[in-house]
Amino acid sequence: MRQYLARRLLLSIFVIFGVTLVAFGSMQFIPSDVVDIMLGQFRDPAAEAALRHNLGLDQPPLQRYLRWLGGVLRGDLGNSLRTTEPVMDAIRQRLPVTVELALLATVIGLGIGVPAGIVAAVRQYSLADKLSTAVSMVGLSMPDFWLATLLILAFSVTWMLLPPGGLLVSPLEDLGENLKRMIMPALSMGLPASAVYFRMTRSSMLEVIRSEYMLTAYSKGLSERRAILVHALKNALIPVITVTGMEVTWMLGGSFIVECIFSLPGLGRATVEAIYERDYVVLQGCLLVYSLIVVGVSIGIDMLYAWLDPRIRYE
Amino acid sequence: MSNSNSLSLGAEAAALPDRHRSLAGDAFRRLRRHRPAMLGLSIVALLVFAAVAAPWVSPFDPVEMGAGEAFEGPSGRHPLGTDEYGRDLLSRIIYGSRTSLAVGIISVSISLLIGTTLGLVSGYFLGVTDMVVSRLMDILFAFPPLLLALVVIAVLGPGIDRTMVAIGIVYIPLFSRVCRGSVLAERGKVYVDAARAVGSGNGRIMRRHILPNVLAPIIVQASLCMSYAVLAEAALSFLGLGTQPPMPSWGSMLNKGVAVMYHSPWVSIWPGLAIMIVVFAFNVFGDGLRDALDPRLIGT
Repeated sequence: MRQYLARRLLLSIFVIFGVTLVAFGSMQFIPSDVVDIMLGQFRDPAAEAALRHNLGLDQPPLQRYLRWLGGVLRGDLGNSLRTTEPVMDAIRQRLPVTVELALLATVIGLGIGVPAGIVAAVRQYSLADKLSTAVSMVGLSMPDFWLATLLILAFSVTWMLLPPGGLLVSPLEDLGENLKRMIMPALSMGLPASAVYFRMTRSSMLEVIRSEYMLTAYSKGLSERRAILVHALKNALIPVITVTGMEVTWMLGGSFIVECIFSLPGLGRATVEAIYERDYVVLQGCLLVYSLIVVGVSIGIDMLYAWLDPRIRYE
Repeated sequence: MSNSNSLSLGAEAAALPDRHRSLAGDAFRRLRRHRPAMLGLSIVALLVFAAVAAPWVSPFDPVEMGAGEAFEGPSGRHPLGTDEYGRDLLSRIIYGSRTSLAVGIISVSISLLIGTTLGLVSGYFLGVTDMVVSRLMDILFAFPPLLLALVVIAVLGPGIDRTMVAIGIVYIPLFSRVCRGSVLAERGKVYVDAARAVGSGNGRIMRRHILPNVLAPIIVQASLCMSYAVLAEAALSFLGLGTQPPMPSWGSMLNKGVAVMYHSPWVSIWPGLAIMIVVFAFNVFGDGLRDALDPRLIGT
C-alpha cells in the first residue's frame, strides 16, 4: 500500500509538471499577449518595449518558465502580469468560493440522489421507481447553464425572491446572506448531479439487495428498514463514493460557467479572465491548483476505497 | 398480449443452438427491444432530418432580420417567437441543429480516431510507448475538460472549426483509456498468438484482429461522447467563444436570451430545451447501446 501510494505520488508530480508545461507552452502560441491587450491598438513602441521589459516578457520563454517553476517550489506562484497582485493571494480569495459552491452542490446532489436511489431500488418497478428514473434521465441531460437560466427566470425575474448577482459575503460573516447568493448556483450544479447519484445508488443497491448476506440478514429476523439502511447501504455506497469523487472534481473544474452566469468571484471565473487577458502567470497558477485538486481527489478516493472495502488491495 | 407472445418466441428462438447468428445481430436485436434507446434513436433521426432538410422545413431564413418584429412572443407566424433582430426562432433552432450535429460528429471523430489509435498502440506494445502515451493522457485528464477547450480556443482563435478541434482534443483520453483497457484484455488471447504464428505483423494484428474485438466499448463511448460534445459546443458558444454570429448555434442563442430574459423569456427557453433534448437522446441511446453490447448479457 505504501509503495503504491509512493508511486502514485511520484506519477502525480510528473503529471502536474506536465500541466504547467502545457499551460505555459499554450500561452506562448497565442497570437496576442498581455501587452497587446493592455496597450490596445494604438501604442508607442518605446512604451511597449518598456512594459515588456518591466514584465520580464523580453526574456526567453524557457528562462521565464524555469524562474516561475523555481518560485512554485518555494511556494510563490508569481505576480499577475496585469494587476501585479500575487497569484497566491488571488487564489486564496477565490478558491474558497468555488469550493463552497462545489460542496453545496454535492450536498444537494447526494441529499436528493441517495435517498431517491434507495427508495427506487427497494421498490423496483413501482411508480416511484419509474418516475424517478425518468426524471433522472432528464436531469442527466440538463445543461447546468440552462438550469441556471431557468432558476434566474423563476426566482429572480418572476417571483423576485433571490438576487441573480451582487456582492458575495463570506459564509463566516453572514451565512444567510451568503446562501441567498449561493443557493441558485449550487442548485444549477447540484440538481443534475443528483441524477448521477440517484442512478449509481439505485443500480448498486439493486445488486446488493440480491446478495446472500442480505438473505442472512432477513433470516435472522431483521426488519427491512434495518437490513436496508444498515447492512445494504454500507456496501451499496462504495461505488457512489467513487462517483462522488469524480463529480466533485468535475464540479470544481466545470463551475466556471455557473460562476460567470451568477458573477461569483470563484477560481473558475479567475481562470477564464486570465485566458481572456493572456495573463499566463495567473493561468498557470489556476491550472496548477486545478490539477492538484484532480490528482489529489483521485488518490484520496483510491485510499478511501481500500479503507471501506478491505477486499481491495493495491500493489 | 401479442407483444409478450412474440417476445417469448424470440427468447425460444435465441435458445436454439443451431441457428446461425452473429454477435452484432444479437446486439442489434437487443437494441431494437430497448425502448428508451429507440426513443433516443428517433430523436437523433429527427435531428439529422432537421439538419439536412433545414432549408426546406424552416419557415424563414435564419439570419434574415424582420424589421419591426423584434421580441415577438410565440404566434401563428412565428411559432417560437422572434429574437432581438426579429429573426424567427424556430428557423434558428432548426438551423442550429446543423451546428450541433456537425460539431458532435467531427469532434467525436477526432477524439475517436486519435484516442483509439493511441490506446491501441499503447495497450499493444506496452513498455516505453505505453508509459509515454499514458502519462500524456494523464496530463490531458488533469485539466478540467471545458477549461482545456477554452485554452485551446484561446490559442487557435474562436470559430466553429476551431471549436471542433478543441472539443476533439479534450476527449481524446476518454477513448484512449477505454481502448487501452480492452486491448490489455485481448492481447494475451489465443487468437492473437495464432495470428502471430502465421506471420502477421504488429500492424496487421492490431488492425485486423484486435481492433474488431475492442470496438464495442468504443462505439458506446462514441455515442455518449456525442452528448458531451453537443454540451461542450453549447457551453463554449454560450461564453461567446464557439460558433460565431450570424451562424445560429443553440449555445449562443441561449446566451443572447439571458440578456433579454426580463422581457422576453422565450428567447432563452427554446435553445436550452433543444440542447437538453438532443443530449438526452444521445444519452439514452448510448445507454441502450451499452446494454445491447454488454458481453455479460450475451446468451441470457
